[in-house]
Amino acid sequence: MRKLLFESLIRPVLTERPPLARDSAVEELARALNGSARKRLGRSLAIRAVDAGSCNGCELEMHALNNAFYDVERFGIRFVASPRHADILLVTGPVTKNMREALKRTYDATPNPKWVVALGDCAGNGGCFAGSYAVVGGVSEVLPVDLHIPGCPPPPIEILKGLLALLEDSRTAVSRG
Amino acid sequence: MPALIDLILAGQRVDNHFPWPRAVVAPRIWSFALEQLVEGHWGLLGLWGEPGVVHMALIDEGASDIGVVSLACPDGRYPSVGRLHPPALRLERAAADLFGLLPQGAPDTRRWLDHGQWGVNYPLATQPAVSPTAFPYHFLPAEGEGLHQIPVGPVHAGIIEPGHFRFTASGETVVRLEERLGYTHKGIEDLMAGSGIDRATTLAARTSGDSTVAYSLAFARAIEAALRVEIPQRAVWLRALMAEMERLANHLGDIGAICNDASFSLMHAHCGVLRERVLRASDAAFGHRLMRDCIVPGGVAGFLSDEGTTAVRSLLTEIRQRFPKLIDLYDNTASLQDRTVATGRLKAELARQYRAGGYVGRASGRDFDARRGLAYPPYDELAFDVPLLQEGDVNARVWIRIHEVKQSLSLIEQVLGKLPGGPVRVDLAPTDGPHEGMALVEGFRGDILAWLRIGKGGLVERCHLRDPSWFQWPLLEAAIEGNIVADFPLCNKSFNCSYSGHDL
Repeated sequence: MRKLLFESLIRPVLTERPPLARDSAVEELARALNGSARKRLGRSLAIRAVDAGSCNGCELEMHALNNAFYDVERFGIRFVASPRHADILLVTGPVTKNMREALKRTYDATPNPKWVVALGDCAGNGGCFAGSYAVVGGVSEVLPVDLHIPGCPPPPIEILKGLLALLEDSRTAVSRG
Repeated sequence: MPALIDLILAGQRVDNHFPWPRAVVAPRIWSFALEQLVEGHWGLLGLWGEPGVVHMALIDEGASDIGVVSLACPDGRYPSVGRLHPPALRLERAAADLFGLLPQGAPDTRRWLDHGQWGVNYPLATQPAVSPTAFPYHFLPAEGEGLHQIPVGPVHAGIIEPGHFRFTASGETVVRLEERLGYTHKGIEDLMAGSGIDRATTLAARTSGDSTVAYSLAFARAIEAALRVEIPQRAVWLRALMAEMERLANHLGDIGAICNDASFSLMHAHCGVLRERVLRASDAAFGHRLMRDCIVPGGVAGFLSDEGTTAVRSLLTEIRQRFPKLIDLYDNTASLQDRTVATGRLKAELARQYRAGGYVGRASGRDFDARRGLAYPPYDELAFDVPLLQEGDVNARVWIRIHEVKQSLSLIEQVLGKLPGGPVRVDLAPTDGPHEGMALVEGFRGDILAWLRIGKGGLVERCHLRDPSWFQWPLLEAAIEGNIVADFPLCNKSFNCSYSGHDL
């Protein structure tokens, strides 16, 4: 194990730096996070993932956010184990009727201020499952949604962009209010 | 021992059912099939309903033969298979919820997928009934001094799918685990019924996200069997490439995640890097990280460019360079082995009875792999080993995955070496049915069954998809018994059953 750890020290870092080019959305949004998140959340953004009946594809890409390439924690974003610790509910799936109640309860257990992000096409409007007897058809049918991140599933970089954009948006909303 | 074909011949054989036969049988023959299941001569591949009919797919693994028997039940009742062959229990409960088909003599008549939230009873029956309000679910009792219950889920602490686990524990030791699933039930089979092949293909690819390639493959092969379509050779080989890439990504992710559940995050971090490399190579090769919608009836939608081939080849080099060090790390870390060895032991007898697929079965001495057992193309032209272990613990399930990673690397290399040129897709000409087809495909988790009927106008009349998890979830309940509660995440991850694929 020591050898592997030592190698990790001398190997180049895998984590992809937000590119310096000005058209890089990641970098712009990373700066946005620095401003607004510090203001509201002290550089910390806690996410509680709720699978409301997804196929598990979105969860796989959410997991990928934690790998060395994206390393989402460097932005101060982290996944937490309880809604009581969360600022954001990241909801996937078309919201099955069997999950509707659990989703509502999870939302109620999340302290204010809180945001809801609907991740993936299903969470947007039910996706290809819309119209089924077993699904409600989109997170906004059950909870107020602050942001939709489309994709089937959205790749990790798109999820990251979306999360950072949300913070920018909430900052604007606060200054307006 | 009787041959499956004799069973089929004893019934009324159905025309246009490919590649294996189906027969409508009398109750007497249905019961005979049940006896063979109980005796262990045949295995249960699946059990599903249609209005007024119940179907059962059987496999004779020794003879690599498969058959489907169908029993008409105009009054909605049929002799329970689960009564004597427990692997059928949850399948029967699901068929009861969806179609109102009642298994006579079944020991467990509680609803399974239906949580009383749909607003209808028996949604797939000819005449669904309006449902009353929600009802309580009675968990099985566990009695004894000092026992306590721990309810977990459906919303779990990690980034995982929803399901409910009810533990009864004595101190730290799990006395009984009972699962309650169905939370992700989306009504996929109902959405498929009456839809065109394109839409049904989209739905099949979204049955279980981590197995999107395997599901698309199973569905496409069933369609092609039904319509008697030959697909181009290049497509056959590209499909195998995708299937092995998917297996590789999932196994690498699982190996890391299992170690992470033993709090060994170093392994998780390194495996996460390799998994990401696989996804990026898949994206470069086929245009989607999970290769979703890349396999379609008639061939493949994603073509493999030269750049894609290069990406896959450099992926092989990278994994071959890095993975052996990770195996050493796993093998030489005593504190990690302490958690995985002898934990969550699944008995070989249960694995055999339930036909546990994939690493769950192969870690408990069950020597079956659909790629070899049924040798569907191009696996009949590829050389590979199916690893087998007897211990049945978490450690064995990790090792099966490690061995399978190596096999998949070799298979990918062989496919790239033999990949023929030419077109990758043929157009389908759906005609009025009935045409029935089925397929059994080896996903990373085990064998996936797809059965379907094309009806009028070339539309999908009925499609049933059976995830390997149906025969693995019940075994997790058995494997956790006598382990400590804190080892549940480890056991659960080592099974890594699908919720969405099961709940459908």
